[in-house]
Amino acid sequence: MSVTIPSFTLSSIGPWLTLTVGAIFLLLLDALSPKGRKAYFPQLSLVALGIAALQTYCLWGRSGTDFARMIYLDNFSFFFYFIFILGTALTVMLSRQYLEDWGKNLGEYYALVLFATAGMMLMASSAHFIMIFLGLEVMSIAVYVLAGLFREDFKSNEAALKYLILGAFSSAFLLFGMAMLYGAAGGTLYLPDLAARLTDKAFVSTPLALLAVALLIVGFGFKVASFPFHMWTPDVYEGAPTSVTAFMAVGVKAAAFAAFARVFFLVFPSLKVDWVMVLWVLAVATMTIGNVTAIAQTNIKRMLAYSSIAHAGYLMVGLVAANQLGAVSLLYYLLAYTLMNLGAFGVVILVGRKKDAYLNIYDYSGLGAQHPVLAATMALFMFALAGIPPTAGFVGKFYLFSAAVQAGFIWLAILGVMNSLVSVYYYLRITVLMYMKPAEADLGPVAFSPATTAVLVATAVGVLWAGVFPGFLYNLAVNSVKIFPGM
Amino acid sequence: MMMDYVWLIPVFPLIGFLINGLFGKKLSKNTVGIIGSAVIGLSFLVTVKIFFEFLNLPPGVKAVEKTVFTWISSGNFTAQAAFLIDPLSLVMLGVVTGVSFLIHIYSVGYMHDDPGFYRYFAYLNLFVFSMLILVSANNFLLMFVGWEGVGLCSYLLIGFWYEKQSASDAGKKAFVVNRIGDFGFLLGIFLIFWTFNTINFREVFDLAAKYPIGSGVITAITLLLFVGAIGKSAQIPLYVWLPDAMEGPTPVSALIHAATMVTAGVYMVARCSALYVLAPFSLTVVAVVGALTAIFAATMGMAQNDIKRVLAYSTVSQLGYMFLACGVGAFVSGIFHLMTHAFFKALLFLGSGSVIHGMHGEQDMRHMGNLKKYMPITYWTFMLATLAIAGIFPFAGFFSKDEILFYSLVDGHLLYWGIATVAACITAFYMFRAVFMTFYGEERFDHHHVHPHEAPMTMAVPLMILAGLSVVGGLVGFPIIEGAHKFKEFLKPSIAPLHAEVHHAMSFEIIMMIFSMTVAAVGIYIAYKCYIKTPELPEKITEKFPTTYDYVYNKYYVDELYDATVVEPIKSGSDFLWKGVDDKVVDGAVNGSAGMVAWLSAHLRKLETGFVQNYALAILIGVVLITGYLIGR
Repeated sequence: MSVTIPSFTLSSIGPWLTLTVGAIFLLLLDALSPKGRKAYFPQLSLVALGIAALQTYCLWGRSGTDFARMIYLDNFSFFFYFIFILGTALTVMLSRQYLEDWGKNLGEYYALVLFATAGMMLMASSAHFIMIFLGLEVMSIAVYVLAGLFREDFKSNEAALKYLILGAFSSAFLLFGMAMLYGAAGGTLYLPDLAARLTDKAFVSTPLALLAVALLIVGFGFKVASFPFHMWTPDVYEGAPTSVTAFMAVGVKAAAFAAFARVFFLVFPSLKVDWVMVLWVLAVATMTIGNVTAIAQTNIKRMLAYSSIAHAGYLMVGLVAANQLGAVSLLYYLLAYTLMNLGAFGVVILVGRKKDAYLNIYDYSGLGAQHPVLAATMALFMFALAGIPPTAGFVGKFYLFSAAVQAGFIWLAILGVMNSLVSVYYYLRITVLMYMKPAEADLGPVAFSPATTAVLVATAVGVLWAGVFPGFLYNLAVNSVKIFPGM
Repeated sequence: MMMDYVWLIPVFPLIGFLINGLFGKKLSKNTVGIIGSAVIGLSFLVTVKIFFEFLNLPPGVKAVEKTVFTWISSGNFTAQAAFLIDPLSLVMLGVVTGVSFLIHIYSVGYMHDDPGFYRYFAYLNLFVFSMLILVSANNFLLMFVGWEGVGLCSYLLIGFWYEKQSASDAGKKAFVVNRIGDFGFLLGIFLIFWTFNTINFREVFDLAAKYPIGSGVITAITLLLFVGAIGKSAQIPLYVWLPDAMEGPTPVSALIHAATMVTAGVYMVARCSALYVLAPFSLTVVAVVGALTAIFAATMGMAQNDIKRVLAYSTVSQLGYMFLACGVGAFVSGIFHLMTHAFFKALLFLGSGSVIHGMHGEQDMRHMGNLKKYMPITYWTFMLATLAIAGIFPFAGFFSKDEILFYSLVDGHLLYWGIATVAACITAFYMFRAVFMTFYGEERFDHHHVHPHEAPMTMAVPLMILAGLSVVGGLVGFPIIEGAHKFKEFLKPSIAPLHAEVHHAMSFEIIMMIFSMTVAAVGIYIAYKCYIKTPELPEKITEKFPTTYDYVYNKYYVDELYDATVVEPIKSGSDFLWKGVDDKVVDGAVNGSAGMVAWLSAHLRKLETGFVQNYALAILIGVVLITGYLIGR
């Protein structure tokens, strides 16, 4: 018996390799070196991310598959690589000060973040369902650990445990869905093959295929925090270390949407009539529950958790539209969301300070007078999240809702607009507290490290730049979604 | 050509905002004031230069578009950052920059002792920037940017004195009410794009011309846009925020809540005249809402004792006139009244600000009286503005208001005209009531604590300039003589006519004028009778009709009605979702004391499994429902 080893090019997975090797290197260094070295871990992580970004840049424009057709090489993947790298780099820069305050500036933190990022990339570029699952688990397991990083903290523990149990539960549905699909399509899990076979009438609309669609919606819906699979989100986001929350809100969500979009746009266009209605209902329910509940929150992390649920709802509008603009807006908005959400969490970390002492929204009272620049950036991020022009949040929402209108889902657009008007209430409340309420106490100095300052400047500039000149990102996104049929 | 640099008009205030907002804390008050005012002055100069260049354009050029860059572009959709220079936008630019400039200078004196001086000027500059974007945009989306921006600044400025609970409540109210309007406006934009595949004003209007009169989609678009206008311009039923907005500093009331932002709705309707003339039903709605608001708000103005609130209801009422004009197709008259109103209403507010300033913060007219002795400049300028708003010849308000009354009769309905005439009488009454209570009669203030004094020069000079404009501002729209209505001739290219112009007999026009003057005179006489001749008369009337008075005084209890039917249910809904659907106990643990945590730890295991089970159950229900739907359908 001869075993043929399929030919492959390592450079096709260059970014993952860099991150994985970088993470292992960090772990080794952590184990072998004296304590003082740890100070360099964020920088080392950033170097690894920088190299990965460079590799992605070199890969841009490549197309096809590699590794025995297990992974795709296309701009859709690479666009998401950039989102992940950006999100991770900003997270790493936010982390150091925060973790040192908690006495938890551990080497494994950075290693886990890099592992998770590699998992996300795997999810975005999979050409086979098993690879999607593999990526999901690589990412999720790392994030479960990260959520429970503060072992002595009751809430952090609770967050990790809940996320683990429910995550496992939902992964089972995802896996089950894949199994159904394997049966429905006659024994293949390659995405391109499935796409070809599911156009055949014999395979479409069999209960097995529909069951597969349902279960995949559940699996992905859990990771993007869609209703009714969202209930873990507030607890986990609140309990996890703030830097990890930021990472989850942007990275995990983006990765899940990458796989979600690829599977549904590429494999299931023939079942569109079936899943579009389901996602329509989920999108509306998700954004409504997220926004309405966010109004009543007084903990800023919890508020941002509900905001993140609402944003999952908006993003699903892009899936429902299922046209070119829908896919483009999904990509654009995920990038915009990465910038504005990480910026907001950056401010939360700075204001929260020693061991998250100031997480109540009333702690933001009077921030405008005491720390004008910090307040101004927070106001900008709040406006962006609320979708007020001329920020990236506005343009992104405009793309999303226009896509819905273009696809004929007028009511979806109306409900979306209504929702974003409701959401302005709780975002603006933070601004009001900052500028229109006297401080309840002296907030004291806020320690700006160069890294956090850089994050705030970069995200603030990015949010405005992408809002005033969205053309560049839009064109990139258009370029990236060409792989889907009919786009 | 300066026209190529039209973007400078909004950019100057933006620069002012950035300088004052970022470094204002470190700058001296004088510097802040000079920068804040100078940037507006520069915008005004650029506007004037462009105005003259526009006049010298070859005949036949109706409008010029200047694109700065393409903002959003996707497929067949483009929204440009571009400016539309045409008569309508030039009028608006001129009014906004000119009046703003005067109010900025006034503010230097008025706000001088306020600790938030730099913050105030930063907001004010940002407001002017947004307003200029609103009126000069060449497409709906960019206009919406300005629309949102002015709303935001208005909100910040109403709540400027946030230490006052009423101020921050008023800000919140303005915000929520405006959201409803914005929703309609945004939907209107979506519908426009969906219908015409473009959002550029001129392209939309050209395409719309192909639709038949009364077509459903145009009616829907115009109605949705009008919902936006109702919110922004404080018309029935969304007017409730404007009177409360008086909690802001008085110059803000003058600029935002009288002269500029609240007129945005009128501007938008006039800008879309090409759409409205195609939708007779929408025009009727506009006219009815305008007429009802005009009289409804006027009656409420009669019973107010706070000088600023009188002016607030008067603003709502005058905006109603402008919409009435638009509703009968007299868009030019609406814009004309918008302009003259900007002059005299800004003056009235600044005058009331001067009174409040001189009375050490007193706003209740019952505690004033005979102030003409102490503040002659304020008195005379206030008087001129009052004559203008009452519609006395030859002051500015006379020409514009008379024109509206005229068109509401010839192009509208006898009923519109009747309502508008009665409202004009009431307007003259309550405005003179305010003048008499404030500047005449006995001195009802406490002489030991209050020493009324005239305003400083930075405040008095803007008053005098505005007074001049209130006197002569109406002459650009001189009626009767052919061709003397320069304003109409100028605006013609921007406005779609409802029908071909009809010439009316000169004698008819003159009779109408005399009649409207008489109506105003009657109002003034009643006020004179009630507040100068027999000051006990109002008291008696109040006693005779206690219920009516109670209703009017309490503004027909509309606020209470909204509270009970809209606000409370939403509040309890959100609470329910939070407390009922969201888990109670985890939240308790988060907010709770150490005892709570201890209690939780003890029951941790039991409770935790419970929660995760709940969440898992939700997932499972989701699975069942989705599967059931997909397979069962």
